Amino acid sequence: MDPIHQFQIVNLFSVGKIGNAEIFFTNSALMMLLAVVLLTGFLVLGTASARPVPGRLQSAAELTYEFVATMLRSTGGSEGMRFFPFVFTIFMFVLLLNMFGLIPYAFTVTSHIVITAVLALTVFFTVLIYGLMRHGLHFFNLFVPKGVPIYILPMIVAIEVLSFISRPISHSVRLFANMLAGHIALKVFAGFIILLGTGLGAIGWIGGVLPFAMIVALYALETLVAFLQAYVFAILTCIYLNDALHPGH
Amino acid sequence: MADGTQDEGERTEPPDNEAALSARLKRLGERLDQASRPSETASGPRQTPDTSAFARGFRLSSELVGGVLVGAGLGWLLDRWLGTTPWGLIVLLLLGFAAGILNVMRAAGVAPDRNLKD
Repeated sequence: MDPIHQFQIVNLFSVGKIGNAEIFFTNSALMMLLAVVLLTGFLVLGTASARPVPGRLQSAAELTYEFVATMLRSTGGSEGMRFFPFVFTIFMFVLLLNMFGLIPYAFTVTSHIVITAVLALTVFFTVLIYGLMRHGLHFFNLFVPKGVPIYILPMIVAIEVLSFISRPISHSVRLFANMLAGHIALKVFAGFIILLGTGLGAIGWIGGVLPFAMIVALYALETLVAFLQAYVFAILTCIYLNDALHPGH
Repeated sequence: MADGTQDEGERTEPPDNEAALSARLKRLGERLDQASRPSETASGPRQTPDTSAFARGFRLSSELVGGVLVGAGLGWLLDRWLGTTPWGLIVLLLLGFAAGILNVMRAAGVAPDRNLKD
């Protein structure tokens, strides 16, 4: 009945100690491990017997490759392809975790901001470190727009820097909040059925058809959201990585 | 193979003629390249696809909140380190608000993205 209960982290077993803190293998870690195993298996099996005329699994693997490659090329040009492994991993990882969350009784890893924030910060520092390595101090041209009068330039640069630093926040909060809100909505409507049934008896159970219809509709929407948010997360990653490739121009 | 788009010269040749086959393969490869990679060099419009109004509204609000939060957080940290309470917080909160607005305008496509100029 408690709509928040589904986001509870459960310790499954202990894997060791660091200092005084015990490190647990949690249900969240289990879902992530499952996602990694499934994804690796899918790609290894899909490319194991590469034929000119692909089978079903190989065709699916090639489709995911083409999808991410098109996304990267359209934002970063062909140069962006050097980040392909990174973006592909992020996209497939988030997509699988979002989809796993839709399975009843499964745990939605991406509904925890710790996970999405770490992913977004990884992207952020990749942009920062790669940009500095590749362009040196020219990378900071990113913060200096062209054609700005010199007397307001310090303020503009400060605003641009803050805008840059705030990226991981909106990047991570978007995915996390969408998954959180969607799953809470599902649970709330599911709770209505139980409330109606236990409160009003037989009439209540019949009336429960209405929230149930709502759940079916919401589930379709959530499936779309799960895919879309993974896509948005990946395409924002591409856009941010593009700044590391071509800062300032 | 018999797709009707080849010219007559190849039709009459025997199928095991290797030179003709490799020439045809090469031409096919060139045509495939032309067909499948139209936007290799030109980077397309940099906007994320937000389908529903909810997603769009959510994106814009998170951009604004992100800017304000970062401004406030940095200002607070600066004040703690330099002992300039409350000036760092005030100035950086305002700048953060401006950055949030800038984020929103960029996300909505109102302000031109800095990388699209040139």
